[in-house]
Amino acid sequence: MEAHAMPYYGGRAPEKGLAVYTQKVGMWVFLCSEVMFFTGLIGSYIILRFGASETWPQPGEILNIPVTAINTFILICSSVTMVKAFAASEMGDKRGTRLYTLATAVIGAAFLGVQIYEYSELLGHGFGPWSGLYGSTFYTMTGFHGFHVFSGVVCMTWATVKAFRGGYDNGNYQGLEVLGLYWHFVDLVWIILFTIVYLI
Amino acid sequence: MATIVAEPTGIPVVEEHHEMSFIRKYIFSSDHKVIGIQFLFLSLFFLLVGGLLAMLMRWQLAWPGRPMPFGGLFPETMAPDGIMLPEFYISLVTMHGTFMVFFAIMLLLVGVYANYLIPLQIGAPDMAFPRLNMLSFWTAVPAGLIALASFAVEGGAAGAGWTSYAPLSGMPEYSGVSMGQQMWIVSLVLLGLSSILGSTNYITTVINMRAPGMLWTRMPLTVWALFITAILGLLAMPVLSGGLIMLLFDQTIGTHFFLPETGGQPLLWQHLFWFFGHPEVYILILPAMGFVSEILSAGSRKPVFGYKAMVGAIVAIAFLGFIVWGHHMFQSGMNPVLGTSFMVSTMVIAVPSAIKTFNWMGTMWRGNLHFHTPMLFAIGFVMLFVIGGLSGIFMASAPFDIFIHDTYFIVAHIHYVLFGGALFAIFAAIYYWFPKMFGRMMNDRWGKIHFALTFIFFNLAFFPMHTQGLAGMMRRLYDTSGYTHTADLQGTHLLITISAFALFATGVIFAINFFGSMFRGEKAPPNPWNATSLEWQTPSPPKHGNWEQAPVVYHGPHEYSHPDVTDKDWLAQNERPDVVSPAGH
Amino acid sequence: MNWSLPENIATYGGKIDALFWVITIVTGIAFVLVEVGIIWFCVKYRRREGHRAYYTHGSKSLEVLWTAVPALALVALGVYSASVWAYIKGRDAAPSESLHIAVSAKQFEWNVTYAGADEVLGTSDDFSTRNQLHFPVNRPILVWLEAEDVLHSFFIPQLRVKQDAVPGMTIPVWFEATKTGDYQIGCAELCGLGHYRMRARVTIHEPAAYEAWVGEQIAARAASGEPTVVAASADLGNDVGDGTGQHAGHDHSAGGM
Repeated sequence: MEAHAMPYYGGRAPEKGLAVYTQKVGMWVFLCSEVMFFTGLIGSYIILRFGASETWPQPGEILNIPVTAINTFILICSSVTMVKAFAASEMGDKRGTRLYTLATAVIGAAFLGVQIYEYSELLGHGFGPWSGLYGSTFYTMTGFHGFHVFSGVVCMTWATVKAFRGGYDNGNYQGLEVLGLYWHFVDLVWIILFTIVYLI
Repeated sequence: MATIVAEPTGIPVVEEHHEMSFIRKYIFSSDHKVIGIQFLFLSLFFLLVGGLLAMLMRWQLAWPGRPMPFGGLFPETMAPDGIMLPEFYISLVTMHGTFMVFFAIMLLLVGVYANYLIPLQIGAPDMAFPRLNMLSFWTAVPAGLIALASFAVEGGAAGAGWTSYAPLSGMPEYSGVSMGQQMWIVSLVLLGLSSILGSTNYITTVINMRAPGMLWTRMPLTVWALFITAILGLLAMPVLSGGLIMLLFDQTIGTHFFLPETGGQPLLWQHLFWFFGHPEVYILILPAMGFVSEILSAGSRKPVFGYKAMVGAIVAIAFLGFIVWGHHMFQSGMNPVLGTSFMVSTMVIAVPSAIKTFNWMGTMWRGNLHFHTPMLFAIGFVMLFVIGGLSGIFMASAPFDIFIHDTYFIVAHIHYVLFGGALFAIFAAIYYWFPKMFGRMMNDRWGKIHFALTFIFFNLAFFPMHTQGLAGMMRRLYDTSGYTHTADLQGTHLLITISAFALFATGVIFAINFFGSMFRGEKAPPNPWNATSLEWQTPSPPKHGNWEQAPVVYHGPHEYSHPDVTDKDWLAQNERPDVVSPAGH
Repeated sequence: MNWSLPENIATYGGKIDALFWVITIVTGIAFVLVEVGIIWFCVKYRRREGHRAYYTHGSKSLEVLWTAVPALALVALGVYSASVWAYIKGRDAAPSESLHIAVSAKQFEWNVTYAGADEVLGTSDDFSTRNQLHFPVNRPILVWLEAEDVLHSFFIPQLRVKQDAVPGMTIPVWFEATKTGDYQIGCAELCGLGHYRMRARVTIHEPAAYEAWVGEQIAARAASGEPTVVAASADLGNDVGDGTGQHAGHDHSAGGM
């Protein structure tokens, strides 16, 4: 709709509540919904944890914090490459766009790989979602975050293919910018989850 | 696909390029109007299903233990020898509520009219994300079918009420329902997804796609109501989805969120459910308020009284709607101090509803009232919504709620709000926008008969429930005759059941009128009601792309009987001021 | 058809019933105002040929009026209700001289544990009954309410008492009857297929008759050799404990029925 919005109304532009393009507004709106989803999960976690504070395991008692700390660093790196991919696309740097979209997808997948390793280790020690409230909340929250990263990786893979086909050349950066918003949001959620589930 | 071609004058028009295949045009369409109509058929179907379930419940309540007519059609697990089993009754209670709230009323209000009306009323060619919109519809369809199919699985459909309080909903051992409960959850997760996708679309469209001149203060109240409703859905639905998934995990992979054995909290489910559930209540009434404001204004030939207050009231309701959920939990064992604060916020949220009611009366005051069918239903809405709103004050008072909580008084209240309120507004909307949707008028005489009978039988069916509630009759009872304090209310049950049957039968009048008019109705002009908003300034039905000439907006939304316009009593939002030039707007 | 609340036999029932009448009057005024107004407008302003509606976008003073009046009325109702609420359901609302009784709900029955002669729960003279609740008139009763499986709700209409029973919680409920007689507990929260028949008999005795009934129960259990003691456990009362220290846990699976 964006392309012909201007001539459509005989030269007058539509009324815009926000001075940004529609896809970006849409992603912001959708992310509001995602915020509420994770707020529900995190809120439930807090309530359940306060209700059972004496039986709650100490940080590091069950979970492997160093491995996850490295994984957190990996995910933050993917945010950096995401920013670079968007910047490259905006500046018309075709090679950079391709390189950094690919890197983001790969690093995101690496995060998932580490998470799968972590899950299998924990399950091997008999710690599963059925292991009391701690297991229930841990697997549900990190699992849903992992699902979001997975969705992001799928989209990034698609974006990488598009980038190699020249889909983001000539200043056509909007798709990457919108995807980047999602990607950074998922990273931010992880930093919150890492803090409250692993560290506190 | 329609494309937009600029005329030499610079004023663009929409041209049909080539005919789309039937499937692209009517099944997997991304045209907001087709999707709205698809939602209309889907939700009317679920309205029928929900109604049928209610009829079965009413039979059992009036004649406990007597074989149902056609009872032989039911399998042994539901009604051996046609006599309803208690577990089947509870499934009926659960699924009647689920279908009516989620698949009938919510889809009718939001799925149908947000899709159909938002682009038309703001002067946009379509939604911001047409394909996302199509996805939203095609997510709602399997959601409904899964819920419906759950009757056929072992153990029957979900049996923990539409609120599905844990642990009853979380442990198959307690309810006897395993698969059905899981299907209920999956169904609502899908519906939630559909609703979130839809809301994202509606909000984005309203923010960024309004026609030139369609300022925030010129948006019709329907758009305002649908916009705020979408925000409520966007923020409330994901919380329900999260809760539902936790409940599903409790049942399937052995988590313990709501099961107390290992520290899980049953009340947490209630908090999550009602954190969603109270905004949901307003999702189910705000659009109705929007339709009614607009139809009352057109029917009274007067601008909406206090437009800004009406918008303010919608916004206030939406904001307050997120901080009152605890009033569903006064007797739940929640800390009574919290109860007090929720009581105060609940009392406050009644104020915007009062403002709206008085403003509707203000709209009618000194008007020139045309009693066509949509107007009658809109007036009926106000008269009945007032009863539902006022009865809400009884339960908002936590100490009196001790007595009426979980009684038929609540059942009466929700039906006055959801049937007398939402459904009356939906009927008003269907009669009002039918000509735009299908290009033909619905029969007004039969519409009026439908209104009169619905109004009468609705009150006969639901008003007596207040009296049963005051006697202390609990809800969701398979047979109320075993209690000494309600044993002599069987006569009231009989009155309610007969009225409910009659109410259901009036639906037949509507159905005949609806389907008959679709094919044989009188051809509709573009603007049969002489209304001001943009959707009436384009042909009925509008073509793909909506506008022959893209609208530019110059006036407020409800400019009826403007003193400077003398040849007619209305002023379309897109009428150019150099053609007609009223002062002010 | 029934047009009023059932007979009230609770000391605080009068407060609830008074609230009912106050709300009925307030909402009744609003109801009549709106309904009569609408019907009057429908007649008076019905369509007439050549007539034109009065063009107005509203009236600030009117709108302020009909915002302020409901707001004041509702806040007043809220404040009034809050005091009654605190009196009935407040955490420390139960009078200190209350007689303690433990009620445990499960699908689909009410198990009641009495403190016996010493009036202290969790001691050796405790005994239980199923689907019967006995207590004396004119004495505050404090019920410690629990659920074993799903949610239930403890409802005695004539006593104006209703409280959900939640598994994992022990919730105090108090009331005082002003009249002897036979009544019923109903379950008000959907609890499964037997929800409709989950009721129990309530017998309100004269104090002397209650003492005699307690004596009879203890004697009968002693004679039959059934255990009257129910084992105390420490896991109860922690979430809503109010420090009275009078209640203690009990295990119904060992209860002598």
